[in-house]
Amino acid sequence: MAKLQIENVSVSFPLYHGESRSLKKTVFAAASGRMGQDSKHRITVEALRDVSFALGTGDRLGFIGSNGAGKTTLLRTMAGIYEPVNGKITIEGRVTALLDPGQGMNFELTGNENIRLRALFSGYSEAQIKKLQEDVAQFADLGEFLSLPVRTYSSGMVVRLGFALATAIHPQILLMDEWILAGDAAFLGKARERLETMVGSAEILVLSSHNPAILMQWCNRLIWMEGGRIRMDGAPEEILAAYLPPDQFQQAKAAAEQVAAA
Amino acid sequence: MNMLAPDSGQTGTALPRFPKPASKAVVIAASHSLRMRVASAFDDIGQMLRLWSLVWTLSLFDIKLRYRGSLLGPFWLTLSTGVMIGAMGFVYAQLFRQDVAGYLPFLATSLVLWGFISTITAEGSTCLSGAANAIHSQRTPHTLHAARVMLRNLFVLAHNLPVIAVVFLIYPPHFGWSLLSVLPALALWTLDAFAVTLLLGLIGARFRDVPPIVGSIMQIAFYVTPIMWSPDMLMHRNVGFALALIDFNPFYGMLQILRGPLLGHALDTAAWANALCYSAVLIVLSLLFFVRARARVPYWV
Repeated sequence: MAKLQIENVSVSFPLYHGESRSLKKTVFAAASGRMGQDSKHRITVEALRDVSFALGTGDRLGFIGSNGAGKTTLLRTMAGIYEPVNGKITIEGRVTALLDPGQGMNFELTGNENIRLRALFSGYSEAQIKKLQEDVAQFADLGEFLSLPVRTYSSGMVVRLGFALATAIHPQILLMDEWILAGDAAFLGKARERLETMVGSAEILVLSSHNPAILMQWCNRLIWMEGGRIRMDGAPEEILAAYLPPDQFQQAKAAAEQVAAA
Repeated sequence: MNMLAPDSGQTGTALPRFPKPASKAVVIAASHSLRMRVASAFDDIGQMLRLWSLVWTLSLFDIKLRYRGSLLGPFWLTLSTGVMIGAMGFVYAQLFRQDVAGYLPFLATSLVLWGFISTITAEGSTCLSGAANAIHSQRTPHTLHAARVMLRNLFVLAHNLPVIAVVFLIYPPHFGWSLLSVLPALALWTLDAFAVTLLLGLIGARFRDVPPIVGSIMQIAFYVTPIMWSPDMLMHRNVGFALALIDFNPFYGMLQILRGPLLGHALDTAAWANALCYSAVLIVLSLLFFVRARARVPYWV
């Protein structure tokens, strides 16, 4: 049984050197006045402040909020990448994080070589690696491209490879950032089917997105992040109704119903 | 439509069934106690060792990538080292007024071993900052990146061994029983390579000025350490004081425990003492830094 529990988690980024890429992001995030100082009087950006919630089997959680509200940082913290300054995270089950399209893939290596590395990371045997390569080839529909370096792929192909790889290794907990929407329409449908299978077999999905229609279709719970804190936590319709202007909410609702009916 | 319904058998979307690993709860908490930090640091090293096949494959891919599309592939390593040692051997034997038969084996082993040391310090100081992508995309043990740099350079070292072998075939040294001490010396080298990579990687992730500083220190070390020259060559000159300093050069001890037996010298206990002392300091320092800084690495890179 998968479980993910976040208790009083706070994360802050110290400002060491201005050239760091993730740091630039956090500086932008500081627009909401979240600069602070740590015990050694270094300037820090408080990315998450006292966040708590618990997820269990079958939960499909969505994050919504403006840019820099802490959504991606929260996903990274849930994946165990950033260790919190305060608080505790308990993870039961295998976690896969789809946080950026690159997925830590080496773009100079071929698709198949990247699949092998990922499989080895998950402790697979040689036979399982073969099977995984076949499965990813079929789902991502990349064919002969898998024996070419990833840098020759189009960005859509990279997304497909990343998604196929992340879901093929059977995560019990899947954390996804919004870039998944970069896929074409045909792929999006296929991706949703695959995710539904996964969530249907009792796993956890966490999705961060700016697209209300996607959130309404995929999630059964939403958390509205603002300034590194949880502003609201509840059913998707209820949160979106509060978050969106009324006309956009109606639009999103109509779009979600349309897809569900199709 | 029931979104939670199982897959209706459409091809290409079904999840393959792989055996799930026994899932154990992972707790990531802000660690303020020393005991917790030490435990997480050793846990990191344990995970890296369990992922050894990944470290192995990553290192092999690194070398493969560097020479992808080239005709000789990684054997360019062997060839370029061979050409350099061949050329320099004859020139410097003349300059230092040495017998080529004695000087060439000395130079071949020295340069190959120094190549390993200087590359490991250069690549070590960027081993974590260079892996920022991997560190930010997934939770991985940080020691994995240090182990990868260490193993990759051991592979490079192995590619250079044929050069030493060829030189030894032409000018065979008189091997003695001391040759056996090459094995513990290699083990110590491996351990130290890991420790120095991890230590420099951690410092280099936090302070971006470290890689160039390390580079210039290593350049100076190359000239003050007996690599191109040996202390014996200078014995007849009046530089006794400068030579005494060599005994405190950390690189000299390390080089000597591996180079000495390969050139047929007797076991050098002073060099071993030097190498063991500096290694102990290095390993302890590296572990202390890792215990202290492990949790901060993703914030730094």
